[in-house]
Amino acid sequence: MASNKKYWKNEAELNPNDSIVETLRQNEFPEEIPVDEFLGDKNNLSDSSTSRRDFLKYVGFSTAAASLAACEGPVRRSIPYVVKPEQIIPGVANYYATTIANGFDFASVLIKTREGRPIKLENNKEAHVLGGANARVQASVLSLYDSTRLQGPLFNGEPIDWDVLDAAVKAKLTTLENSNQQLVFLTQTYASPSTERLMEEYKAAYPGFVHIAYDAISEDAALNAFESKYGERALANYHFDKADLIVSFGADILADWQGGGFDSGYSKGRVPVEGKMSRHVQLEANLSLTGANADKRIPLKPSAQKKALASLYGMLNNSNVSTGLDESTLQALESIAQEIKKAGGKAVVVSGLDDEDAQNVVLAINEMLNSEAFDPTSPRFVRKGNNKALAQLITDMNSGKVGALIMDGVNPVFTLPNSAEFVTGLEKVGLSVAFSTNWTETTQAVQYTASANHYLESWGDAEFQKGHFSLMQPTIKELFDTRQFQHAALLWLGSDKAYYDFVRETWDTQILNGASWNQALHDGVFRSASLDESAPADQVVSNQEIATEAGPSIAPLTNAIKNLASAEESEVELTLYSKTGMGDGQQAGNPWLQEFPDPITRVTWDNYLTVSKADANSWGLVNENVANGGLDGSYVNITVGDTTLQNVPVIIQPGQAQGSIGLSLGYGREVGMKSEMKTGINAYSVYKNFQANQNASLEKVGGMHEFACIQLHNTLMGRGDIIKETTLEVFNTKDAAEWNSIVHVSLNHQEVPATTVDLWDSFDRSIGHHFNMSIDLNACTGCGACVMACNAENNIPVVGKTEVRRSRDMHWLRIDRYYSSEDTFEQDNIKKDEFSGAFESKTGFEQMEQAATNPQVAFQPVMCQHCNHAPCETVCPVAATSHSRQGQNHMAYNRCVGTRYCANNCPYKVRRFNWFLYNNNDEFDFHMNNDLGKMVLNPDVTVRSRGVIEKCSLCIQKTQKTILDAKRDGRMIKDGEFQTACSAACNNGAIVFGDINDGESKVSELKESDRMYHLLESVGTKPNVFYHVKVRNTNEA
Amino acid sequence: MKKVPYRNYISNFFGLCIVAFLLFSTSLYSQDEAPAQEAEATEAVADDTAAGADPAKGKQLFNQNCAACHALNRKMTGPALANVETRLAEEEGLDKEWLYAWIKNPAGMISSGDAYAVKIYNEYNQAQMTAFPTLSNQDIDDILAYTAAPPPTPVAAATGAAADVATAEPGISNEIVLGALVLIFGLLVMMLFLVNQTLRRIAQANGVLIEKEKAAKGTPIWKAFAQNQFLVLVFSIFLLLSAAYFAYGWFMQIGVDQGYAPIQPIHYSHKIHAGDNKIECKYCHSSARVSKHSGIPSLNVCMNCHKSIYEYSGNPEGPSAEDLANGYTNEFYTTEIKKLYKAVGWDEENQQYTGETQPVEWVRIHNLPDLAYFNHSQHVTVAGIECQTCHGPVEEMEIMYQYAPLTMGWCIDCHRETNVNIADNEYYAEIHEKLSKKYGVEKLTAAQMGGLECGKCHY
Repeated sequence: MASNKKYWKNEAELNPNDSIVETLRQNEFPEEIPVDEFLGDKNNLSDSSTSRRDFLKYVGFSTAAASLAACEGPVRRSIPYVVKPEQIIPGVANYYATTIANGFDFASVLIKTREGRPIKLENNKEAHVLGGANARVQASVLSLYDSTRLQGPLFNGEPIDWDVLDAAVKAKLTTLENSNQQLVFLTQTYASPSTERLMEEYKAAYPGFVHIAYDAISEDAALNAFESKYGERALANYHFDKADLIVSFGADILADWQGGGFDSGYSKGRVPVEGKMSRHVQLEANLSLTGANADKRIPLKPSAQKKALASLYGMLNNSNVSTGLDESTLQALESIAQEIKKAGGKAVVVSGLDDEDAQNVVLAINEMLNSEAFDPTSPRFVRKGNNKALAQLITDMNSGKVGALIMDGVNPVFTLPNSAEFVTGLEKVGLSVAFSTNWTETTQAVQYTASANHYLESWGDAEFQKGHFSLMQPTIKELFDTRQFQHAALLWLGSDKAYYDFVRETWDTQILNGASWNQALHDGVFRSASLDESAPADQVVSNQEIATEAGPSIAPLTNAIKNLASAEESEVELTLYSKTGMGDGQQAGNPWLQEFPDPITRVTWDNYLTVSKADANSWGLVNENVANGGLDGSYVNITVGDTTLQNVPVIIQPGQAQGSIGLSLGYGREVGMKSEMKTGINAYSVYKNFQANQNASLEKVGGMHEFACIQLHNTLMGRGDIIKETTLEVFNTKDAAEWNSIVHVSLNHQEVPATTVDLWDSFDRSIGHHFNMSIDLNACTGCGACVMACNAENNIPVVGKTEVRRSRDMHWLRIDRYYSSEDTFEQDNIKKDEFSGAFESKTGFEQMEQAATNPQVAFQPVMCQHCNHAPCETVCPVAATSHSRQGQNHMAYNRCVGTRYCANNCPYKVRRFNWFLYNNNDEFDFHMNNDLGKMVLNPDVTVRSRGVIEKCSLCIQKTQKTILDAKRDGRMIKDGEFQTACSAACNNGAIVFGDINDGESKVSELKESDRMYHLLESVGTKPNVFYHVKVRNTNEA
Repeated sequence: MKKVPYRNYISNFFGLCIVAFLLFSTSLYSQDEAPAQEAEATEAVADDTAAGADPAKGKQLFNQNCAACHALNRKMTGPALANVETRLAEEEGLDKEWLYAWIKNPAGMISSGDAYAVKIYNEYNQAQMTAFPTLSNQDIDDILAYTAAPPPTPVAAATGAAADVATAEPGISNEIVLGALVLIFGLLVMMLFLVNQTLRRIAQANGVLIEKEKAAKGTPIWKAFAQNQFLVLVFSIFLLLSAAYFAYGWFMQIGVDQGYAPIQPIHYSHKIHAGDNKIECKYCHSSARVSKHSGIPSLNVCMNCHKSIYEYSGNPEGPSAEDLANGYTNEFYTTEIKKLYKAVGWDEENQQYTGETQPVEWVRIHNLPDLAYFNHSQHVTVAGIECQTCHGPVEEMEIMYQYAPLTMGWCIDCHRETNVNIADNEYYAEIHEKLSKKYGVEKLTAAQMGGLECGKCHY
């Protein structure tokens, strides 16, 4: 029966005569639509150039054109070489050995070029020293194709010819020949014998010549300490693989400490072999990468670190040093001292404190221990910066003593804390020239800007460590009208030699000693013969010598100890550091690095102030997640001396020492940058006197900062099967089933191991190749070189800060970082297991979402696990993802329709969806959106389009290439030939890739290891990626 | 009536026969003539040269030994050699003995400081002539006799001209025949109309009534059709199905460019290079052996041969009638070679590179989409597949075209049918043995080897 109910919309409807109700009922639209206003106005209509007929014509035409264009294939043109260079075969990659030495990063690397374009970087395995590329070095190939690079020399910002610049410089140099004014070269650290020789020639030609090396992030204290002790301005070398005990006072030895590159040696000692691994104790303020890897980490403010170092020295020396440290710290130090004494020469102590006293004490301790890991005989030359000379230069500039200032590889106007003084000084310099690849704060301030080569376009050499030489060779012709500094310097000296000839001359006369230049150039590295013959014996002797000398040298140390012990304490102590992804900031325009998630905070596109939870509570600072999951943080103003940094965003950092704060250098570049890249705060302005440790004060200001953090959940909440770990003691004494137990599930009401239960039938994969990847959680330091290598190899797009904030990051390989909620992960597991009842577990889990004050940290690289029984494959409605016999999970992009079922069904969350067309898109302005940046793309990997899922392919393009090469040569494949981008990039041996059907391969051996486990084994996915249980060398747990 | 076109065909056939006869008789005649001319010429020369020198043998020797660097009337790597003996004698006062010595040991002559030897060496970019110690004085005499003979008049041109006229004829006659047919058909129609009219008139005159309304009384067929709903239904279903069929067919050919034969900036004939001259494909497309790309050869590869091949002189029989109809004359090909010289910056006059290059923008014919990975070396070197399997009879292609559809189905069909080439390949030894045992077959196809897995071609 139809209802006669009348629904009232309004009270007014009660009155049947209400005029308003009546009008409303009549009119569909409460307001008059201005039809007449437009159509009725004849003028208006005739003014419009598009009539209705035209409009229809256009619509018809464009529809027809669009459909026609869709049917007709475009005409593609191919332009072959007129004269093909012999070595280049289109489609085949060539590798060249070269060297990066940009003043901050030093490494011997191989460059992969395709059709003459450098597209990727590999580690140079021939190199004995610094042969591994870190994340920044991996990304440096993209900086070559930076669309903001300078394309020619400039005068006051206006383009000029090189002739003009040459004439100006030469004219000035002639006046300086017989004048008492200075000619100053202010440059980066080159560590280059040839450049050194060039500088000598200048010195001979000009009486007032001064060469000042300047490191943006200074190691002056360590250099001075070493110089005063050993008479050479260099840095001691450390072999952490030989150490059984590493004690670090704020030294970030896995990152950029003293030039970096120590991580591979460190990792070697961290893998338990025959029940032994090194033990690592870290005392630091910020939670650094190194601290995160330590077995024992003691959070201490910088001042307390100094005191602790003094105190430790006293304990080792059996002298009494009163420091006023609290009881628990002293106790911890006492136990460290005991351990050191026990380890003897197998222990090593290092310090990252910018304090000459601290550096002296550390050198003395290592000598006292006669440490095997400590090597002052073949020191490293990768930092040369001299702060005293620099300070003198600024004074001289301001007093008008400097006739000409020529700069290369430095950006002092940005990186100097007293850059204002420098700029006023610049105005009093007769001629100022800056070599730079980009338009920077410094090029803005000087008269002449010389457009410099990228290192991949340059010749050069380097001596990273005494006796270890490497060569730099161009892998592409200069893209623009640029010149390298040394070439120009030779020209200005009146020489007609090319820098190549100059380098060759240096090598022939000073280095090669009769060895083949071509061989050295091919290898990229050269060890001087004397090293091979006498090195081991020499070292032992010198160590003994030092040990005997150690006695008298202790005397001046008493002062140092006194200074350290009475280090001035402040309420808030700031520690400035360099971030893994940004370094000193010279590659701030590199989108790969900007989007690189910091290994610790997992924040991209920003720097920030790290504060401890307790301090944050007392200062009222918060971190919170907003509705879309994005992380927000409070702002503070930080004041150091007379400088205030405004609106610095705050990240609450577990493990941060109470009373200390941390801020990274290198961010905040503005000049010459694309708007997207202008991120963060310039911390160099508070880098007073090149001291990383500063006393600061801060106040909270209003507003919240929007972070782009890619990991929003920081703790494991007792899910012990994601990261399995144990202690060395348990590992050595107990059965594997105990510390690497397989999860049991209920099948037919019986508890059975999860690995025995299966929904699917297994395929036979015993014939042919079967790829597996092994990831050793002990060797992995979380450095992220693999992430960057993956980006370069697989054409992974950069999506930008706003997209990352929406969790739309595209990285195929991520390194998860977990904090323990209790003091250790083990305690997490116990706490979770002991929950009884829903209420307790609810509150308990809520507590476990918070990381501990000084948590254990674990890193876990996660990429597609290439499950043999892949959940993604079963749900794809179009069979776009499928499995191969070789164990790789394939993804056919052109088949994918973008339902994202697979991503939802993936237990590892490794599938990435292309929300946009990230290349050729006006909305994005990263490397894939300009012709220059596209030159870095790998032609063997499809650039994905919008609306498809993508994920790690286990570098199938590389495995297929290896197979094809073997087929062509008609031979079997040797172990080690199969590599993925990440396994090749991992210099620490954490990622091993290979064929498990090859019984002799390393990966098949690793698969048999007791430490092997699969991620989320209980899900039954049978992955082809496996992990090795993390073993901690702790005696507490 | 029906016989008319037949009759025409017959006459057409006869016409063709006559034309063919004329054509062949002229060419036969001209060919007879040419050797006669040549013979006369050589006879005339024979008087000048040493007794017993055989220009015919000389020609053979010249082509074998000298032609790579010398031409008769043209500077190449070395100087032009027509009348070289008399020229040297007159201009430089050098006798035949000098020539013997020079040809047998040019390096020795230069190092001994012989004035003319050094001059010639410097004049030709210090490119040293190959020594021919194996040539006897008699051989050299023969060669010199050949160089002294005036070049025979080009024969092919005469043949070509004759053929030109001859081939034009059947074209015209075809048109005439067709025109005549149309005319006759028109006449017939007119006649029918006239006859019809006359008959009507006669009928009218005889008082016969023609029943005009008869046809109008029955329902017209289309109306009957329209009224029959069943028929309409069946017909529309048929229409829809056939439309769908054709639409599907049309959609499936989108992006399939089989037969695509674009006009290239330089008319490069694979027929001449790979067919007539039997040049191995991989001589020019050398990267097919080692790379994923077969590679369009760079111009320096062309110049390996075209430094000496500066003009096209056709195949021995002269251009075919078909070629001529398309305009592929010798001159046409020669101008194409000049285009190459321009692009590569080759100065023919001075036999050197100018350095001014203009890279050639070839139109790419085989366009595999970016999403598909294809590797030439896998197929060419490892599998040993002939280039023609995918690229068709390239040696017959005057204009290169896409032979295969290059669709995924086409790839897969081949992978299903083709056995893996395991001969002498250690890589396959183990895997082939195990897999074939597993599948119970003697020989594995590419598909069984894993050649159908998505990720093998899509990544």
